[in-house]
Amino acid sequence: MVERRPALTLLSHLVLILGVLIVAFPVYVTFVASTYSAEQIAQSRPLSLWPGDQFVATYTRALFGGEGDYGGVKAPVGRMMWVSLVSALVIAFGKIAISLLSAFAVVYFRFPLRQLCFWMIFVTLMLPVEVRIGPTYEVVSQLGMLNTYAGLTVPLIASATATFLFRQFFLTVPEELAEAARIDGAGPMRFFKDVLLPLSSTSIAALFVIQFIYGWNQYLWPLLVTTSEDMTPVVMGIKRLVAGEAYTEWNVVMATALLAMLPPAVVVVLMQKWFVKGLVDTEK
Amino acid sequence: MEKRVRFRSRWLPWVLIAPQMAVVLVFFFWPAAQALYQSLLSQDAFGMSVEFVGLQNFERLWHDESYLASFKTTALFSVLVAACGLSIALLLATMANRVVRGALAYRTLLIWPYAVAPAVAGVLWLFLFAPSIGVVSHALHTIGVDWNHLLQAGDAMTLVVIAAVWKQISYNFLFFLAGLQSIPRSLIEAAAIDGAGPWRRFWTIVFPLLSPTTFFLLVINVVYAFFDTFAIVDAATQGGPGKETAILVYKLYYDGFKAMDMGGSAAQSVVLMVIVIALTVVQFRYVERKVQY
Repeated sequence: MVERRPALTLLSHLVLILGVLIVAFPVYVTFVASTYSAEQIAQSRPLSLWPGDQFVATYTRALFGGEGDYGGVKAPVGRMMWVSLVSALVIAFGKIAISLLSAFAVVYFRFPLRQLCFWMIFVTLMLPVEVRIGPTYEVVSQLGMLNTYAGLTVPLIASATATFLFRQFFLTVPEELAEAARIDGAGPMRFFKDVLLPLSSTSIAALFVIQFIYGWNQYLWPLLVTTSEDMTPVVMGIKRLVAGEAYTEWNVVMATALLAMLPPAVVVVLMQKWFVKGLVDTEK
Repeated sequence: MEKRVRFRSRWLPWVLIAPQMAVVLVFFFWPAAQALYQSLLSQDAFGMSVEFVGLQNFERLWHDESYLASFKTTALFSVLVAACGLSIALLLATMANRVVRGALAYRTLLIWPYAVAPAVAGVLWLFLFAPSIGVVSHALHTIGVDWNHLLQAGDAMTLVVIAAVWKQISYNFLFFLAGLQSIPRSLIEAAAIDGAGPWRRFWTIVFPLLSPTTFFLLVINVVYAFFDTFAIVDAATQGGPGKETAILVYKLYYDGFKAMDMGGSAAQSVVLMVIVIALTVVQFRYVERKVQY
């Protein structure tokens, strides 16, 4: 603060508190809705802003599935959370692994077509999955990867941003380290494992947070490549639960929504420092 | 910049880069080439007959009222999302940059919507605005606003814009805050000594210095509105009522997977790719320029 202006400071706090309230309001209502039964929600005009007493019942039904209030069997969200977790972890670790290796190859080796390879990886930035859904779907179905973890994850694993980030980082690693390693007789993989990996741990952590969230929050891609209930990630599962306003069990939908946003939110809040670093460093 | 010290191996670099190249070739270049190729074909809905039609699919798009309408919808949508998202985030970041006490707490409380999936954000706001049971729609009714996003196009657009902005504020906020914190304090202090008040300092010093960040965020927000909001639209309005909130990506998905118009969908893919490439080039021009500072 440059000068003391109590009124302005007070205004800043008020604006920020208002911002936090607006940001939190939908989630609070979601929580409240998940503590009522479906009938209570359908009959209330509007919903009370005070939590009800059906918390345990709703979450049990959401997590383990079973027969609904309006008939029809609901898929268990527990299974969906598991699918999401596996996919998000595979995508995050897969992206980091193949990006580390290819950045290492591009920076520390000289081989024919090196520039072309780097350029080809880089250009994938311009081809987000949303603009090529049709043909990518065909490729995945021809490879027999529909309804598999491979189909859910592998097409999303290539990452121009991660490769670029690691390349930039490797370029700042002092030359003397590689020289010393070579004089000591260490091979390239030894150097990679014992020197480069430990040095990159901060970037890896930062990237992990962002890619985990990216993987967890995928929606359009799972919508295309999964048809079986066993392979539905939770973010996509929510959409399946919303079946026309009159028959939607809003309490279960809202419980599922909360469960779906919990893991990535926890990751962001707990790893805030790395997350911010990763975000501001990779995108800029 | 190049490394002087290199390792020598004929095969190792290829092994290292192979996984990445395999994914890129199989899932990026092959489908992109397919999209280009298919955009020149006409196929019936069952895939029984295929015919080469040249640029006819593009011509058809050009004359397709609903496609042009979708362009307008997307333009309106992205302008609204970028404008609201940027201004609210800038306001919050400026305030957060001012306060000393509780700065970290505010940041923590404001950034987590980044972690919420767009589809979940869509469902959350859908519930708040549901015509008969929603808390917000009920409040609107009591003050005399007849809210119904299932019937009124304007309401549906408002709903998806609110959900999209809500989700994007945290991202913009982080970048604005980082930008604000990198402005030299001496500059602000000098202006304060010269008698410039906070309002004047903001518009003559802070805002111009923030313009690179703002421009970067503008591009990112447009890309976000174009591509990442598919899930919000699908979860909240399904492009309705009518086709009033069917943005380009939604229409591409709908035509390709629901209406089974492969040629038309592929042509739309190609148009979108051109848009992404244009946006990426703009972004890189900016990055290059920034390096020279």
